[in-house]
This record gives sequence, C-alpha cells and structure tokens, in this order.
Amino acid sequence: MDFQLTDEQKLLRESVRTFTKQRSPVSRFRKLRDRAAAQGGSWDRAVWREMGELGWLSLPFPESIGGFGGSFVDVAIVLEAFGAALVPEPYLASVVLAGTALLRAGDAAQQQQFLAPMIEGRTALALAHGERTLRFAADAAHADTTATRDGERWRVRGRKQFVLAGAEADTLVVSARHGETTALFVLPRDHAGVTITPVRTIDGLGAATVELDATVADALHLPGDAADALERAHDAAAAMAVAEGLGVCQAVLDMTVAHLRTREQFGVAIGTFQALQHRAVEMFVEVELVRSIAVLAAVRAADDDAALRRHAVSAAKVQAAQSGRFVTQQAIQLHGGIGITDEHDVGLYFKRMHALGLVAGDEEHHVQRFAEQPQFTANLG
Amino acid sequence: MDLSFSEADLAFRDEVRAWIAANMPADLRAIAEVDGHFEHADTMRWHRLLAAQGWVAPHWPRKFGGPGLTATQRFMLTEELELAGAPLLSPFGLVMVGPAIMQFGTPEQQQRFLPKILAGEEVWCQGYSEPGAGSDLASLRTTAVDDGDAFVVNGQKTWTTYAQYADWIFALVRTDPSVKKQAGISFLLIDMKSPGVEARPMLTIGHTPAFCDTFFDNVRVPKANLLGPLHGGWTVAKALLGHERTLIAAVGMSQRTIRRVKRIAAATRVGGRTLLDDPAWRGRIARLEIKLQALQMANYRALAGAALGHAPGPESSILKLRGSEIAQQAFELAMDVMGPDALSWFNQPGVVPELEQWVGPSYCYNRATTIYGGSNEIQKNIIAKMILGLPGT
Ligand SMILES: Cc1cc2nc3c(=O)[nH]c(=O)nc-3n(C[C@H](O)[C@H](O)[C@H](O)COP(=O)(O)OP(=O)(O)OC[C@H]3O[C@@H](n4cnc5c(N)ncnc54)[C@H](O)[C@@H]3O)c2cc1C
Repeated sequence: MDFQLTDEQKLLRESVRTFTKQRSPVSRFRKLRDRAAAQGGSWDRAVWREMGELGWLSLPFPESIGGFGGSFVDVAIVLEAFGAALVPEPYLASVVLAGTALLRAGDAAQQQQFLAPMIEGRTALALAHGERTLRFAADAAHADTTATRDGERWRVRGRKQFVLAGAEADTLVVSARHGETTALFVLPRDHAGVTITPVRTIDGLGAATVELDATVADALHLPGDAADALERAHDAAAAMAVAEGLGVCQAVLDMTVAHLRTREQFGVAIGTFQALQHRAVEMFVEVELVRSIAVLAAVRAADDDAALRRHAVSAAKVQAAQSGRFVTQQAIQLHGGIGITDEHDVGLYFKRMHALGLVAGDEEHHVQRFAEQPQFTANLG
Repeated sequence: MDLSFSEADLAFRDEVRAWIAANMPADLRAIAEVDGHFEHADTMRWHRLLAAQGWVAPHWPRKFGGPGLTATQRFMLTEELELAGAPLLSPFGLVMVGPAIMQFGTPEQQQRFLPKILAGEEVWCQGYSEPGAGSDLASLRTTAVDDGDAFVVNGQKTWTTYAQYADWIFALVRTDPSVKKQAGISFLLIDMKSPGVEARPMLTIGHTPAFCDTFFDNVRVPKANLLGPLHGGWTVAKALLGHERTLIAAVGMSQRTIRRVKRIAAATRVGGRTLLDDPAWRGRIARLEIKLQALQMANYRALAGAALGHAPGPESSILKLRGSEIAQQAFELAMDVMGPDALSWFNQPGVVPELEQWVGPSYCYNRATTIYGGSNEIQKNIIAKMILGLPGT
C-alpha cells in the first residue's frame, strides 16, 4: 500500500494551491456570488480558459483527445484544493460529471468534437439528467423525459432540473428514457427547442432548469444502453465530490481552530474550554476519516469492477456527507453569532458542503446502494 | 496511490490464514464461533502455539526473538488473528513491559525476563491505576521505600487486569514524595509470589473476572528489579504508551462483530422478510460498516506511514478513539437486532440461537473500550493540545 503522492502529483497540488491562494481566495467566490445574484454567472470564463491552459481540465481524459491521461487521484488533488478555497468554476459539473458521461458514451468523433474544446477551457459542459421523479437515480429508466424516434432523427421531450453549470454551459449532455432504456444526447445550448432558465442554489453557484422539446440528429453513439456511462459519470462525480468536500471540511476545521485560539470570553481564549476542545477534536476526527476514505473513492472511481467501484464510492459519499454536515454545522456553532452572518466565510463553506452532499446521490441513497452490493451479504454463511 | 498489498505480503497473509486453519484447536474454534469468553488457560495454550510458530511477538526485534516481520505483515498477522476470533493474547508482557525492558532494561533484566514472556512461561499484569489515581495517574500513592538491597512497597492498585493469573506485575510506585508528582515515580518489576502481595478478583459487568484489586503490604522488591532510572518511572511509562498504534483500532474485531450482526439479521425473519432485507435495518448496519471502513482506511494510512518509517501522523491519533467507539456501537447494534432475545443472560443453549449467545456479555464488557488505556476524554484532551494546538487549562 502506498498513500504517497508522486512528485508530479505534489507539484500539481502546489500549483493549484498557489493559484487558489493568489488568484482565487474565498473572496473571489464571494464577489462572483454577489454579482451573480444581480446579473447571473457565478464563475469566470477567463479563469476557466486559464485552467485549460494549465492543463487542469485535461486530467481524466485520454491523450487521444488532448487529455493528460491521468487518474481521479489527480482530479481529487485539484478538487480538494478547490474545495478549500470555494473555487466557483464548474470543474466537478463539467469535467467530471458531464465529461465522464461524454467520454463513456461518445464515439471518437463526438469525444473530439465536444471534449477537446472543454479540455482547452474554451467551452463548458453540463449533464442534464436530474428530474423530480428520478430523485437520485443515476439512470433514466424511470425518467419523464423521453426520446422517441422521429424518422431518422430523435425527438427529445422533457424537463431537467438543477442542471449543474447548466446556466452557462455551451453543450448539454441530456439523458432520456427510450422505452425502458437510458439514452444520451448531446445538444448545443442554442439548439432549437432547448429552453434554459437559470435557478439559484443554496451554495450560490447556481444551476438551471432545462426544458426540452427538440429534434436531434444523433444519439450519443452507444453499444446499447447508456445507463452504464451515466452510472460511471455519477460515480466519478460522487467520488470527486468527496474530494472537494474534504477540502471544504479541512478549511472549516482550520478556521474554527484559529477562532478558538483567538476569540476570548471570560478572560481566556474560548479554546481553553474543554467542551469546545472536545468538539473540535470530533471535527478533526471526522476530517481524518473523510481524508482516509476519500483515497479509496478516488482510487476506485473509474474501476471497471462495478461492485468494487460502487461499494467504495458509496461508502465514501456517505462518510463525507455525514462528516461534512457535522463539521460545517459545528464550525458555525463554535463561531457563535458571527457564524450566522452572511459576511463570514464559514457559512459559505457550510452551504457548499450541503450542496456537495446532494451531488450524485445523497447520504441515504448511497447507504442503500452500499447495502445492495454483493459484498454486503458475502461470506455470512 | 496504490491500495494493493505486495505479492510478498499477500503470500504472507495466505500463510497466516492457512496456519490458523490448520492449528487452531477445535475447542478454541468452537468458542470463537460464538465469540465467547476464553479462559486464561485457553489463551495461554494459544500463546504457546503462536510462540512455537514464531508469531507470538510480531513487533519484537529479531535479537530478542521476534520474527522480523515488516510493519504490514505484523498488521496482517494481527488482523487475521482478530478475524479468526482467536484468543486475544495478554498484552502486558508482549506489548507493554517486554518492549519497555528492551528499551530501558539492563542486559541482565533482558535475559531474565524476555525469553519467559515470549515462551508464555511467565504472565504479566499492569499495576498503574489506583483507587485515587486513574486518569490523573501521576497522583498515585503506592510507595516504595529504600531499605538497603530492596524497596519496601505499600499500597493498593486497582482494575489490574488478570492479576489473579499473573506471575509478575509492573507497577508505578512513588519513590520520592517530596518532589512534583511526575518526578518522584519509579517503575518496578514485582514478583506476584512475594509475601504481602494479594490480588482479589472482581466481576465485571460482562460477568467475567477480568480485573482485580491488588494489595501490597510491606512487599520487599530487590533493587535489581527497578526498570530504568530511580525516579524515572514516568518516562518509562510514557514510552510504553507509544508502541504500535496501528494495531489499536481493532478493525478486524469490529468487522467480526458486524458480520455477526448481519448473520443475526439474516436469521431473524419478521413479517415475511429477514431484518437484513429490511431497508431500515440494512441502513443502520451499512452506516456502521461504512464508518468502520473509513477507520480501516485511516488505519491503512497509519500503517503505510509506519512501513516507511514515518512518525505516527494525525490519522493515528484517531484510531483508538474511533476504534473503541465503533467496537461498542457494533455490539449495541447486535443487541438491537436481537430484539427480545437481548434479554437473555448466560442461558442454556437453545433459549436463544447460538449466534446470539455471547452478545449480551460482550455488549456489557465492551463499555470498557472507551475507558481503559487512557479514556476517550483523555485522548481528546491530548489531541486538542498536541495536534490542534489549543490552549491548556
Ligand atoms: C476493563 C478495564 C481493565 C483495566 N485494566 C487495567 C490494568 O490492567 N492496569 C491498570 O493499571 N489499569 C487498568 N484499568 C484502569 C484504567 O486505565 C482506568 O480506568 C482509566 O485510566 C480511567 O481511570 P478511572 O477509572 O480512575 O476513571 P477517572 O479517571 O476517575 O475518570 C472518570 C471519568 O472522568 C473522565 N475524566 C477524568 N479526567 C478527565 C479530564 N481531565 N478531562 C475530561 N474528562 C476526564 C474520564 O474520562 C471518565 O469518563 C482498566 C480499566 C478497565 C475498565
């Protein structure tokens, strides 16, 4: 076993950290959030482009389409640092969630056409999958959005909600039900019959409702059902949400410990009070547990052994959702009144963590999925 | 990042599994099957079997008779033994005083004591706690007074695990009452057969006689049995706490308990389906198993660090804390899954299924995991200060 990062990975971590420190501290997210509330657009295309130039958007993609050919351990390094600084660019939504769906479902030409520009930071992608009735299902077998044959073409009709990065994405990957199977389509945002309405989200990043009544030339080329590609996209996103959440939790722990050391009441630093010390230790323990299981999720995120992948990813997603909630809630508690103000950063982290808990399946969804895997009942005889 | 074990380590694990399968006596296996209580004689029989195989002291260096295993192999050996439900060997000689004698003992002490610990010929117990000195161990009052070639020891130790079976006790005693608490303490090795030593067993809430009150009435201890410097006992005691933190999470044991929980749930049919098929129960079991999995990953991180020779990182400080809690939660869940059967207490086989027979006593006894070896509150005090850097009181 080896939990060490390679030299290359350490370098990556350093460069992302330097970037967040110098260019994208939390204050940048705050500014963009406030501007978005007035004008929409919670992230910056110039920064996205720069990320493309730095190679960060290429990490999980094959070299054949201009990717770096890296792993989700590499991606996790970026997202952990992004989480710590609340970087608003849609890395998780675009590179990981929509990117994996396209990579897994598209043929070489489609990958080239849609992924290559995103890898360069020239475009952003969004996966339009969620629907009220699907809740957290990763396939579209019970979706209300349908795909029906229309001569040589497809007719896609339905409504997708909370499409992450959907308000700004240039290209949408859309899931729909065809009979009992899951199909995927790619649509440019200005395609006829596509209506995108921005919606606000708890974390301030924003999303979109996408209404579809469109005629599409091609389905994403697939050997059969697109459910596997969608599941892999969701697993990758779940695992990487754990990495981003880890960054959130560590930042919040550091912030809280610093507050305990400096804030004085009753003539002493409040960190002198044992009740608060022990609470801080509980937070620390939870962060270490997330850090530990995040490794498992990153290593297994793209595993072809579905049971192994699901078991690891679901376990990590549950742990991160649960620990993340505890850590960020307690961080507010230990800050006292200032923690309730919008002006203080701790609340921004709290809300981002809650959103991450909902990305690619919430805690309860993954608890049940974990228990459905063969490992859960193996070896009981 | 690589979560796989090396070929050599995997081969070693296979060897351990095969050895356990071939060498664990049938009567011990039967107790393991129900995770029942091993009598002291059973445990020592198992100790000698492991000793003959060379595996009884995995972390001892070769020059003292250890097997020269890597950190990973030591961990695997321990984990496989836990998973098999084998008797837990007494740690007092092997894990505590043995390594302390290696570090602080004279060559004579090393030759006198270590081989007998290894062979299981002498059994040790730990005399730290006293009625007035638990978490605040340094306030201990048992005294040792210089009397020529010996110390004369008077006082009382308590919660002394298995003192009734022990040949020797290592004890913290006060040799200088005039200085600051920690400064006047010495570390003595005391023969339990010395006149004036008496161990009185107490029953635990798990209904096993697991610990004793141990009395010292003018017990003469040869000066040759002082370990480390005079008045330097606190240093010895502290060093001894630092050993092998990668083993204290007891992940293997909790995995065993969770497996038991699932087996009980699978065997309990209510309203046409088993509890293991019921989403609410599955969810509770899954949540605990996930916590344990996160802890296991923390354990692997600590292990990988130790294998590289790194000092224990922050992750290792959480192992005892969470490991002890999960051990308790696993038995608690087993009790809950048992429903009305959880009322049963040491009944004849058949009153409750064999699978459930020992859950009640284990649930009770395992309330101790968060108390002994430095209570969880004390662990938190240490983490708050040493790792988070919060101010002391
Ligand atoms: C099953 C079992 C086996 C044992 N075996 C041995 C043995 O073989 N040899 C041996 O020497 N000892 C042994 N012990 C003793 C064990 O080490 C002590 O019980 C332990 O150190 C706690 O001390 P105490 O029992 O006096 O509790 P106390 O120290 O009185 O603690 C009572 C409660 O107060 C809390 N507390 C105390 N101080 C603080 C603080 N500063 N901050 C916050 N909370 C605090 C504790 O966490 C605990 O919850 C054993 C104990 C058990 C339960």
